[in-house]
Amino acid sequence: MEALDGNAIGGLMLEIFGVEMTTATGVCAGCGAVAVLAQTVVYLEAPGTVARCRSCDAVLMVVVDVRGTKCVDLGGLASLEPAA
Amino acid sequence: MARAAVQRRLTWQVATVDELVDETARVKTIVLDVPDWPGHRAGQHLDIRLTAEDGYRAEREYSIAAAPGERVAITVERLEDGEVSPYLTEELREGDGLELRGPIGGHFVWGPENGGPLLLIAGGSGVVPLRAMLRHRKRTGNDLPARLLYSSRSLDDVIYRDELDAASDGIEVIYTLTREQPPGWTGHARRVDADLLNEVAWPSDENARAFVCGPTSFVETVADGLVELGYPPARVKTERFGATGGK
Repeated sequence: MEALDGNAIGGLMLEIFGVEMTTATGVCAGCGAVAVLAQTVVYLEAPGTVARCRSCDAVLMVVVDVRGTKCVDLGGLASLEPAA
Repeated sequence: MARAAVQRRLTWQVATVDELVDETARVKTIVLDVPDWPGHRAGQHLDIRLTAEDGYRAEREYSIAAAPGERVAITVERLEDGEVSPYLTEELREGDGLELRGPIGGHFVWGPENGGPLLLIAGGSGVVPLRAMLRHRKRTGNDLPARLLYSSRSLDDVIYRDELDAASDGIEVIYTLTREQPPGWTGHARRVDADLLNEVAWPSDENARAFVCGPTSFVETVADGLVELGYPPARVKTERFGATGGK
């Protein structure tokens, strides 16, 4: 499957977090790389939506739709800060 | 402390198709009347949702083709095996309703306050958000130099060709036709590579803002090339789309 980037999940993240998140800064829990979510490597149907670190390829975020409820795993992020 | 900003919920609403414009044999612009549109920035997206009679839903994100203040529009390329684009480009009629939400995104956006010069590099329908930026530049009376390097398969595949050919006031449009060139074509005729970037891009010390949009492999090549030319990664904004990911 083709890798896209975090721009492709702007709507999904806005729906989940309630604020614009493509400009949010995430820190990779694996390698410590700091990047805005727009720069992450995104797979849309992995299954589920997966965002990976562009530096080390670790999984940062997974979103799965379970019968209409969005389940979000942010375990790969050491921190996540929306833009001011 | 956080400012007390009232966050607008991202909700689905039904827009009405105002106008359909044929751009190329496979590409249409859909101009929409959106009753509750809060305004957008050049480069932002919206999500389109189609619901089948059996309840099956498909969503796609599309770049907004219009400048802030213009009627909302998206430009859609028909993908032969697509779930959404064949409907949007072939079945949709003026007056039809279309479910959407937006605007979306804040990274791949440009406004005059971001400065320039503006280096825009598009592969195929990646030109859509860049066209919104060019229109925004013009509407705001901005005179920052702007250059669009636009890679297309053929001249017939060039989206917004009349508009781009007529561009003036500090806008330069450079085409490269990768698959087929008309007789007598004197322009570029290859994929964007390091040499072509070197020719077209301003030297890095001119502080250009680069926006690169296209298929993933195109974006990777161009972004890497610009960084090699000395562009700081923070001044190279990228947006990738896939064959099934909309746009």
